[in-house]
Amino acid sequence: MKSILETDALTLTGIDALYGDSHVLHDVSFTVKAGRVLALLGRNGAGKTTCMSTIVGFLPSRAGEIRLFGEPITRLSPEVISRKGIGFVPQGRRVFPTLTVRENLLVAQQKRSGLDKPWTLGRVCELFPRLHERLAQHAGSLSGGEQQMLAIGRALMGNPRLLLMDEPSEGLAPLIVAEVGRTIAQLKSEGQSIVLVEQNIKLAFDLADDCVMLNTGRVVFVGTAAQARRDEALITQHLGVF
Amino acid sequence: MQFWIIQTLNSLALGGLLFLLSAGFSLIFGLMRIANLTHGALFMLGAYIGVTILKFVPNLWLAAVLAGLVVALLGALLERFILRALAGNALGQVLVTLGFAFIIADFCLVMWGGDPIPLPTPEYLRLPLIVAGVPFPSYRLAVIGIAIVTAIALYLLMERTRLGAMIRAGVDDMQMARAVGIPVSKLFTLVFALGTGLAGAGGVIGGPILSAYPGLDADMLPLALIVVILGGVGSLVGAFAGSFIIGFIYTFGTALLPDLAYVILFLPMIVVIAFRPRGLFGRQTA
Repeated sequence: MKSILETDALTLTGIDALYGDSHVLHDVSFTVKAGRVLALLGRNGAGKTTCMSTIVGFLPSRAGEIRLFGEPITRLSPEVISRKGIGFVPQGRRVFPTLTVRENLLVAQQKRSGLDKPWTLGRVCELFPRLHERLAQHAGSLSGGEQQMLAIGRALMGNPRLLLMDEPSEGLAPLIVAEVGRTIAQLKSEGQSIVLVEQNIKLAFDLADDCVMLNTGRVVFVGTAAQARRDEALITQHLGVF
Repeated sequence: MQFWIIQTLNSLALGGLLFLLSAGFSLIFGLMRIANLTHGALFMLGAYIGVTILKFVPNLWLAAVLAGLVVALLGALLERFILRALAGNALGQVLVTLGFAFIIADFCLVMWGGDPIPLPTPEYLRLPLIVAGVPFPSYRLAVIGIAIVTAIALYLLMERTRLGAMIRAGVDDMQMARAVGIPVSKLFTLVFALGTGLAGAGGVIGGPILSAYPGLDADMLPLALIVVILGGVGSLVGAFAGSFIIGFIYTFGTALLPDLAYVILFLPMIVVIAFRPRGLFGRQTA
């Protein structure tokens, strides 16, 4: 019998995606195990964000299949994919600027059956006390770090079975990056399955169990984060700045 | 003195009608980025449907509600089965909504004929209300009241409910709203029905003042466009303020300088577009 840790949370099989005429994902396949953090790494333009867009349904894939806990979600609409259990923290945070912090969280609330500790407004405020102080404030007036916390809190309000985070440390001060890191570690300790896209390789390796690297839209490495971290040639070849 | 009071009340009443017309136009444009050019025609269709309903049910308010519901249903069908297929195709939307406006106009001409049909003012609002010896036309006061109540109801719906917050989230960032599970396509149909329904009901409520006549659609649509451009698209407060500003400009412009009414009407709009492209109350951020 498979334990929960051996369940596949997300499976991509042979995903091809195009923006207009440019082919940005070629035959991308990888698996995210339930309860684990997978770091999706690569240089700018490697296809990480495109990969996220394809999973959440912003960009329909041309070929291939995506399954969430065994259920096909390929080419469904973003709202349906979200309802099936994918939470998304997008690059650039994209909080709803004219809504208050409270509204940002409440519009994203989704109930899911069979949860011991579902995410609620109260629990998100416990996780991020700073949001609690700013519940009535417009999200557009928050600092970058607060907006990032709100974007994470908003995704959690959907009680996601899998959380996708696209560059959560981007543009944040080191102290805030550390706080975001601690939050991700805490979510992981609670059994949350996470895909983490990061330019901050150290942060990614510190948090991740597994690692997938993309280079020009192709998967070039699949393994554990520990393996990837030790392989300097791999890092230089696929992540290094030229 | 009498002239100023009457024209002020006329301005406010026209402003109230313009709000019923443009609130929906603004919501639809703000959320869906569709310039619904059938909006004026739906206002007129509402007025004509009111004419027919009033033959069977002699109650203007009930007629307004029923006509609003019929037009809302029509709007929902238009959105669900035609405009949805044209998402992101601005030219297609303009052509389809303009085409529907012409079709509705011809339909009304065939059904109700070419003569203006005034809708009767309710008995109890026919006599002017006399305050300190000055007579106030009571139906116009009622229209102003209805517009204010509608504005408050819409404001509470948009600002104080989760549904309203979801709609605003869709206006802020539609793609992201979908990604957090907000059923944006259902909201589209709902908002379209609400907006067109308000226009339809507005046609009936405006009936005793404006009558139902061929060309009512073409008279109202530019006013709605100006209101929304002036106030800022997607802004309820902007639609409210814009409606009353245009109500005053149009009424006094027509009364004082009838030859220049359109100059007086369009000039402020051009100035606003040139210096505040998002309107007086439009959001200045993307």
